[in-house]
Formats: sequence, C-alpha cells, structure tokens
Amino acid sequence: MTNTLLRRFSPMLLGGCVALGMSPSSPAAAEELRIGYVAPTTGIFAQVGKDMIDGFQLYLDDVKSDFGGAKVKFIVEDEQAKPDTAVTRAKKLILQDKVHLLVGGLLASSGYALAPVSTADKTVYVVPVSAADDLTQRDLAKFPYLVRTGWSSSQPSHPFGQWACEQGYKKIAAIGADYAFGYEVIGGFQRAFEACGGQIIQKIWPPLGTKDFGPYIPTIKADADAIFTLMVGPMSLQFPKQLAAAGNKKPVIGGGTSYDEFVLPSMGDEVIGHVSALQYSAALDNPKNEAFVKKYRAKYGKVPSYYSETNYTTAQMIHEVIKNNNGKFPGQEEFVKQLAAIKIDSIRGPVRIDEMRNPVQNIYIKKVEKKKMFGYDKDELWNTVIKTYPNVNQFGQFNKDEFLKTPVYNRDFPPCKFC
Amino acid sequence: MNMNFWLIQTFNGISYGALLFLVGSGLSLIFGVMRIVNLSHGSYFLLGGYVALTVIWTTGSWLLALPVAALSIALIGLVMERLFLRPLGFDPLRQVLLTVGFAFLFQQAALDIWTGNNFDINPPDALTKSIVVGGLYLPLYRIFMIATAAAIGIALWLIMEKTRMGAAVRATVDDAQMARGVGIDTSRISMLIFSLGALLAALGGVIGGAFLGIYPGLDFEMLPIAFAVVIIGGMGSLGGAAIGALLVGLADNFGKALFPEISYFTLYAPMALILAVKPTGLFGRE
Amino acid sequence: MTSQQIKILAVVAALAAIAVVVPNTNSFVILLATRALAFAILVMSVDLLLGYTGLPSLGQAAYLGVGAYLTAILATRYQFGLGYDFWLVVVLGILLAAALAAVFGLLAIRATGVYFLMITLALGQCVWGLAYRWNSLTGGDNGINLRERPTFGIDLANEVTYFFLVLGFFTLSLILMYTLVRSPFGRSLAGIRERELRMKILGYNTWLHKYVAFVIAGGFGGLSGVLWAHTAGIVSPVNVELGFSVDALLMAVLGGSGTLVGGVIGAFIVFGLREYLSTLVPWWQYVLGAVYVLTILYLPTGLMGIPERIRQRRALQGPKQAPKKPASAPA
Repeated sequence: MTNTLLRRFSPMLLGGCVALGMSPSSPAAAEELRIGYVAPTTGIFAQVGKDMIDGFQLYLDDVKSDFGGAKVKFIVEDEQAKPDTAVTRAKKLILQDKVHLLVGGLLASSGYALAPVSTADKTVYVVPVSAADDLTQRDLAKFPYLVRTGWSSSQPSHPFGQWACEQGYKKIAAIGADYAFGYEVIGGFQRAFEACGGQIIQKIWPPLGTKDFGPYIPTIKADADAIFTLMVGPMSLQFPKQLAAAGNKKPVIGGGTSYDEFVLPSMGDEVIGHVSALQYSAALDNPKNEAFVKKYRAKYGKVPSYYSETNYTTAQMIHEVIKNNNGKFPGQEEFVKQLAAIKIDSIRGPVRIDEMRNPVQNIYIKKVEKKKMFGYDKDELWNTVIKTYPNVNQFGQFNKDEFLKTPVYNRDFPPCKFC
Repeated sequence: MNMNFWLIQTFNGISYGALLFLVGSGLSLIFGVMRIVNLSHGSYFLLGGYVALTVIWTTGSWLLALPVAALSIALIGLVMERLFLRPLGFDPLRQVLLTVGFAFLFQQAALDIWTGNNFDINPPDALTKSIVVGGLYLPLYRIFMIATAAAIGIALWLIMEKTRMGAAVRATVDDAQMARGVGIDTSRISMLIFSLGALLAALGGVIGGAFLGIYPGLDFEMLPIAFAVVIIGGMGSLGGAAIGALLVGLADNFGKALFPEISYFTLYAPMALILAVKPTGLFGRE
Repeated sequence: MTSQQIKILAVVAALAAIAVVVPNTNSFVILLATRALAFAILVMSVDLLLGYTGLPSLGQAAYLGVGAYLTAILATRYQFGLGYDFWLVVVLGILLAAALAAVFGLLAIRATGVYFLMITLALGQCVWGLAYRWNSLTGGDNGINLRERPTFGIDLANEVTYFFLVLGFFTLSLILMYTLVRSPFGRSLAGIRERELRMKILGYNTWLHKYVAFVIAGGFGGLSGVLWAHTAGIVSPVNVELGFSVDALLMAVLGGSGTLVGGVIGAFIVFGLREYLSTLVPWWQYVLGAVYVLTILYLPTGLMGIPERIRQRRALQGPKQAPKKPASAPA
C-alpha cells in the first residue's frame, strides 16, 4: 500500500516542487501538460478506480511522462463514485489546479455529472470508461468538449446480436441489472437479435447489487434456447454460481462486464464456455497485448481488465495529439477536434473516433476457457477471442439517423413483443 | 407459475432467512441486553468474511475458516465493548454514534488490508452440488445454510432457556436494574453478549460470503436488512429474530419475484408500519 | 453583556467574516462553502430535533431528498423553476417536505429514544427505495442532472452570486430556528427533552409539540434540498441514503447538539476534512472516523461544549471556599 501512496503522492509532490521551483520561464523549458483525473479511490469502487488509474499511469511510466516534449502532470482526485463529489473534484481540478484536460469518471452517473461541467468551464473531458449511450448520441450537442475514448454500452451488443442469430439461437431470455447500463446493453442486443430473426422472450431485471438470485432464476422461461446476462461487480460472481446450482443446462451468453477480467480471476469453473462481447479481452493474442498483460501483471499483480486497458489507450491517444502539436497544448476546441480525428493502433486493435466523438473499433466475441496463456505456467480462466467484428461504431449495423429517432434504450425499449 | 415455482421460491426465501437469522439474532441480543443499536454490525459480518478468506488463502481449509473468523471477530467485539462502549455508560445515542464511527473505520481498514476486489468464498466441493427432489433442484449450500441456522438457533435457545448464564441474560433483558439488584453482573453479561453478537455476525459473513460474495459495501448493504429482521421480529427476542428473519427472507424473495419495481419498498414499508403500531417490534419486550 | 448576547455577536461576526472572506478565495473554496452552508440547514434541522426536542432522527436526508428531487424534476421535465418561479419551487419544496414529515411523524412520534432512531431509519429507507427503483420518475441510479441554474435578474450560474443566495437562506434559517427555540414553544420542547413525563403531568400535549417540531424540521430539510440540488447540479439516490442522514446526525453531535451553530461548525469541519484532506492523503477516512469516535468519547457536548467544559473545570479547581462538588453533567 505504501507503494501506492508514494506513487499517488509523487506526481503531486513532483508537480508541487516543479511549481515552487519554477522560475519565470526560460523559453526552452518543457511545457507542462496538466491532466486532471477523476476516479473513485475510496469507497466500494476503489479497486476499479485503482485499475483505471494504474492503466493510465502505466502508459505514463512507459513514456516517462513525456508527451512529445510536454511534461505530464497527472493529478488524481477521488470521486468516491458519487456524482456530487465527482463534480466538486472536477471543479477543483479545473479551477484550482488549472488542468488542461479532464479525464475519467467511472459510472454513467459520474459521466453525466461531469459532462455539463466540461461545457460550463470550457474544458476538454475525455471519457475512457463511462459508457452511457446518450453521452455521444442524443445528448452530444450539449457537450461540445466531450470526447469518448472507451465505448458505449450498446456498442458490443449490436454485433453480438448478429452472432447469436448465427449460432442458431431463436429464443433468448435476458436477465440484467436494473439500471441504465443494463437497459442499454440488453436493449442493443435485443434490437440486433430481433433484426435478424431472433426473439427476446423475457426480460428480468434484478436490482443493481442483488446478491441472492433465488427469486429470479426459477422464473426463467423453459423454452429459451439461451440466457443472456448483464451483471456487474459482485453480481457477476454470484449469478453464474447460483444459475449452475439451480441446474441450468442452457448456454449462457452475456454483456462484457459479466465476465471481464475484473471479476474473472475470482470465478470458478461454472463460467467455462460462457460467451460475451466487448472491445477488449486480456486474452487477445497479439504482441502488443501480450506485452501489456505481462507488464501490467508484473507490476500490479493481476491481469488487466478493460478498465486498465482503456485508460492506457486513452493516454496513448492524448499523447498522439500532443505529439502532433510538438508538445504544446493546442487549446481546448482545437484539442477536441484533433482528438476526434485521431486514428491509432492500440492494444485492442485499430481505434478511431467517429463524427459523434465515440470510438470505432473491433468488437471481440470471447468465450471463457481454462488454459495457459502468454507463457504463464498455471491453467487459468481466460476470455478467448472466438470472433472479431471490425470497424464497429456505436450504431452498429443500424442507420444512424433512424437509430437516433428512436428513444434511448431503457427498460421498455425495445418493447418486449415476444414476452 | 406452477407449484414448482412456489416451492422453489419458498425454499429460497427460507434459506435467505436462515442467513438473516445469523446476522439478526446477534443484533437483537445486543439490543435486548444493552439497548445499543449496533450500526457496526454489518462491518462484523463483512470482516468475518474477509478473515475467512485469509484463512482459506493461507491454509486452504474452509472448515478452519469458520471458527477462526467467528472467534477473531468476537474478540474485536469484546475489545470494542470494553474499551469504547463501556466508558460511555448508559447513553444509547452516543453508543449508537460510536458504532457508526467504528463502521467507517472498519470499512477503510478492510479496503486497505484486503483491497477492493470482489471475492468469493468457495465452500468445499461437496456443498456446491444440488440434490434433486421431485424435479426441483435444491442447492446443497442453501440446505447447509438452513441447517446451520437451525442448529445455532437451537443452541442459543438451549443456552438462554436452560442454563444459568442464559437466565441471567434473560433477566438483564427484562429489567437490568432488577438483575443487578439480585447480584447479576450485568456488565459482564453485556460484554459476553456483544462478543456473541459479533461472533454470530461473523459466522453469517463466512457462510453468507459463499452466497453473496465479499466486497466493499456489503457491510452497509446488510445493515438495513439486519435491522428489518430485528425490528419486525422484535428487539431482544431470539424467537422474534427467527420469525423476523423468516418473514424478511420470504418477503424479500417473493417481493422481488412478483413485484420487482417496488421490491425495496415491500421490505421497508411493513417495517415502518410495524414500528408505528408496536415500536418494540412484533415480539419485542418493553 | 450577557453570555447570550456575546454568543449572538460571535455568530454575527462569523457570518460576516464568511461573507467577506470566502468570495475572495478561489472558486473551489466558494463551491465547498456553498455546499457546506446548504447542508448545514439540514444539520440544523437535525439539531432542532436532537438537541432541542430530544429526538434522534436517522432519516432526515429523506426531506432533503424530497426538496432536491422536486427541484430537479420540475427543472428538467417541466422547465419550471428556472426564472422567477424559482422562489415558488422553494416554497413548494418546503411544503412538500413538511407534508412528508407530517405523514411520517404520525408513524414515528409515538416512539422515543432508540426506537425513534429505528423507525426514522426505516422511513428514510422507504424514501431511498423509491428514489432508487422508481426509474421513470427519479432516473433511478443515474439520478437527474440539472443543466442550468435559475436566472431572475441575477445570474445564479455565477458561483459567488449563488454563494450569497445560499448564505442568505442559511442566515434566514438560522434566525428562524433561533427564534423558535427561544420562544415559549421552543422552551417546552426543551422541557420535553429533559423530562417528558413531567411536561405531560403539567398538562402539555407533548405528542403535539414533538409532532410540530418534526414537521418544521422536515420543512427546513426541504429547503436544504432545493438549494442542494442547484449547488451540486445533480440529484441521485445517494442524497437519500442512510449515510447522508448519518452524516447530518454526526455533524450535529460533533459540533455540539443543542446549539444550532454547533451543527454548522460540524458541517464545515466534516466537509473540509472530506474535501481537503482527501486531496492530500488517502487515509483521510481514518481521520474522520477517529474524529467521530474521539468526539463521542471525550466531548459528549461536542466542540461547542468546549468553552463550557473549560469553565466547569476552572470552577472545580476554583480558589478558596468553592466546595468540591463533582460537576453535574448537563443531562
């Protein structure tokens, strides 16, 4: 823990020393790029926040905090996963620390709380994690300084729905956490699956944080060909176990967070064979990812989850933009324009940003397998990639204008016609 | 919704109620004897789970984890009672607030010691299977939970009803002043009961951990539910805690299965109503 | 001057100091101060119940929530409350919260002491449960974002202007509550806190007194909520959860219950610790927890009670013929 303390202190200490010792400039002094980062470092999401920060920090360490000549000052603030606190921290970063960029936010509520701050204070807000669809869809016009570098909740679901049709599934029962993120992941899947002839015959919504799925599992319709689950955090651990214990024999597929590497190490054999979709898997078999996983694991003791990867890649993107400006910060509006035009080859494959400032990237269909990877000597659970859908944007296979005319995915949209 | 549905849901409700009994009985006893609303009870639950995890990681034995976790948390409860609660004398409000302060400290300490990752307690393989009874899949672990809660309930009842110590406890619950008058060392009883409460909560954490997971925030999630048990069943009554746990387990289960929209409401509204009519709970004594 | 007059003067001076100093610091401090002041109104209402009536409530956040959600829903869904009608929203917020308190009070006031604690906890949880699950109305977990602050001649989007508005409401609330506790009604509340049985024998309708106090506290909670909604710009179930109510209660005790301003001091300290300390060290939670524990153990009358304790200790060590009596602790 002391290492973490020191690591968190040192950018600030260093920055403090630099600020104190900085004399009225010599023209050759490196320009300082102040990046303000908002994530939960205390409270129940502290570990996710740590993974986010660690991912970003790993990139900074790789380039020795030098972005094309600019010296990066990385200032981290604790949002405690509470939207009010996120706003206060962001204000502090912008008003007191005078950061050039605001990055971070974990939950959708944090994203929605921070976005208006970026507009009001005319500061770039880069969103690596918060996946609320409408941030870059129907609400985009309200946030001219926002660029998302992570994903939108329904983005992986659109190709996944198609994949489900290709497997021959005709009827699927869906069960997901009862909040916006759940609605968007399942909604996207439903739209895509029903567009190619499938039917969602049931939608069950256990409240966020449900631990005992006893009330829900017995209600799953017997004539479903497969079960689609969207679980987050502790729910992801418990649901497959209880599902297996209840004697389930149907194939199980789900949203990316149901099986991502944040929870996978704590899961048991009951999830082997489960399939999910996301823009990243730690088991991506390419040299860039192998190097990333090995480096991350050696340093932090765990396999990186998408929380870490997306922040590493975000840092990489910011670096690209600053490099293209010879180490100078090009101003808020210009930065947004340039970041929105970026194309990079990242750990998770090629990523570029669409005209609505959301990434266009590969979506990986991944299956949980127990095996050895990357030269590690133990059999472990990995999300093996079984299919790749390239160039997927937030609207997937659907027409953007028609998509935007329909409401955002919610509990009742798309309507459950076959329930 | 056929017969199977109702049977399974009832079974699930009972098994959840079993877990709640473990958490709630300790809370109820603590309240009955000391009139303290122990808002750090959820923390004991969570810490029990974390200690069990450490035991399992170092020794690989789940069986060992049970007593080690229960006893170590009981020790913490003991220390807390002697050093912090006792000096406050009889001042329920301040004692309540003190337990809250500790709950914050415990939460932070747990984060620092065990990190914020979500964990699972893995019981021995034998318990992860299910038995099939008349077409119904009954997970063995749930049966284990019910059996354990029943065993502990009976043990507690025997202690309370059949031993001198139990009689002393009951006397203290009924009228602490009178109890002191006849020579019962109520402060020693308080200490014992508080530790016992912590022990039960920790046991609940170990057993529940395989069922709910162990993660930051679980402490404050369990707390209102534990209180629902105590309030509905009656503060200070063991039998009340059992009935309260059963009712809450079933209400929570059926509420979620049948009325998912207002599931939290179906739990807390009856609680408020019961309190309004009988402020000491269904079987409470005052 | 009487000690009472000295106290009033001190409070006035402190308010004036805040009004002068804060706007000249940076925007972040202004933001914090605004928040602390808005929340302090809730804390004072908690103290009204705890310190003056003897009712420890663990559910006051429900009233803040009512005021906050009302403001947010009206602003985002009906575009109401963003102009001069802001004042109408203030009134509505107070009334709605008071109405809720009137309903809850019917259920709760019969209980006393820890039972009151429990039932207010349960009622607060009911409100939380609704805020959390009634997605269509409250936005559920995501909460509701208020996009802009009202403008009516003055632009409240300016942090300093808004700070003065909140300071104004806070001062008004303080004056009103102070007048209340010094009034005959307030005195009878204190009497009930001390010895309810005696008050009943004397013929007071103690139930009614407590009920009225509860409703009034609820109303102030609603006001706090309306202001909070615009301060934070976002309302979510976090604002109604148990932790929020516990916060308010702890702040009141930290500062000193039964003093009104004690709660305000408690609020500033906790907010300051949370916001500032957390930017410096990651173990600020320990500090906060320790502060609570130590205060409860060694400062039962809170921080405001320190002068009194010093005075008592001086009296104990007093010179000459002062008979050695154990100091009688205020009940």
